[in-house]
Formats: sequence, structure tokens, C-alpha cells
Amino acid sequence: MSAKPYIRPRSTTGWWLEQSRYVRYMAREASCIFIGAYAGILAVGLLRLSQGAEAWAGFLEALQSSASIVFHLLALVFALYHTTTWFNVTPKAMPLQIGDARLPGEAIIAAHYAGWALVSAALLYLAGV
Amino acid sequence: MTRSHKPIVWSLFAAGGTYAAFFAPVLILVTGLAVTLGLLPADALSYERILGFARHPIGKAFLFFTVFLLAWHSAHRLRITAHDFGLRADGLVMAACYGLAALGSVVAAVALLRM
Repeated sequence: MSAKPYIRPRSTTGWWLEQSRYVRYMAREASCIFIGAYAGILAVGLLRLSQGAEAWAGFLEALQSSASIVFHLLALVFALYHTTTWFNVTPKAMPLQIGDARLPGEAIIAAHYAGWALVSAALLYLAGV
Repeated sequence: MTRSHKPIVWSLFAAGGTYAAFFAPVLILVTGLAVTLGLLPADALSYERILGFARHPIGKAFLFFTVFLLAWHSAHRLRITAHDFGLRADGLVMAACYGLAALGSVVAAVALLRM
């Protein structure tokens, strides 16, 4: 046995560009940056809301800026990508067995999409669309 | 047997990921885009309306768990992704990611309790 095992040379920062499925994996992982930043914006929004009407008006005005619109559009795209990737692995994450039969994965995925449509429609309705 | 904190971190990641899958797109649309794009009337995010929502116990809980779950989910995923990029200082990465998530959660909680 050699003292130094062979380690395949590989870039630590650029390896995910080698294959398209690595790129898709990284796109999914990148969704956390946008979802995390969005959580931060919500936290700031709550802080401004607690400081009174004027502070809240300033927050709303900042939301109208083009930087904010670009961010939220990007965040929406990445959030949708997160949703599809999350739902598509649910049969593996929580397989359902009824008696001896396994519920087909398609049914589990479809149930998640149906629930998602319901939740989204309910929230849009509550918001006043 | 030594106990690991992994199940707690992982279950928060999974809960946050599920929550984000169901709620993040519609919330981003409602709070970030709908009024500007004209999908919602201008007073949809008015001070009185949002304050009323944030003062209601259910609204308070919803808003807190939204920030908390989205933040923890993102923090955990960012920590793992940092490892994928060859960043091996996990202690530091952990402190930064979870620290930011904790900060956001505390800010949200304090703000909500003051309203």
C-alpha cells in the first residue's frame, strides 16, 4: 500500500459545472439564498411594522424599487424550482404503504401538487385577489 | 450512546423545506410582487390591514413560523452547500448560517410581541 492514496484532481469550486445534473443540483441548492433573503426581508418588514405607520410606508416604498422587483422575481423562480424538486422526491422521502400495496409515487406527488394549489389559492383569496 | 443534534437540525430543515415548498412561491408573489404588478389593490398591504393580521394570534403565529422555518431551512442548506464548495470550516459556517437564521427569528419574534 502506498502511503499517499491517489486523489482524483478536481476543482473544489467549479466541479458542479462539469455535468448538467450537478448544475441542476446547484440551482436547487441556490434556492436557499433567495428563500433565506426573503425571510430576512419579512423579518425587516415585521420590524418596520412594529415601529409605526411611517416606518411601514417606507418599507412598502422600498418594495416598489426595481431592485426589489428583480429580487422578488428571481426569488419566485427559485422558490418554484424548490417546490418542484421538493415534491418530486416525496415518494422517496415518505413512501406510503397501504396493506401490502405501495401507493404509486405519482399519486404521492400529485397529492402534494393538489395541496399546493389549494394552499396558494386560499392565500391569494385571503390576500384579496 | 452519544446523542447527536443532527435529528433536530435535520427535522427543522425538512419542516422548513416542506413549508417553503407549499408557501414560499405564493408568499413571495403576495408580499413582494402583487401590489406593484397590479394583481392586488394598493391597500392590500396597508398599515391597518397588516397590523390587524399581525395582532391576531393566528396571524402572529403564522408570521413567526414563516420567518423561522424559511430561515432555518435556508441556513441548513447553505451550510451543506458551503461544504460542497470546499469550505471545510464547518464550525464557522455553522455559526454564520444558524446565527443569521436565529437573528432573523428573534427580530421577527420581538417585533411581533411588540405589536
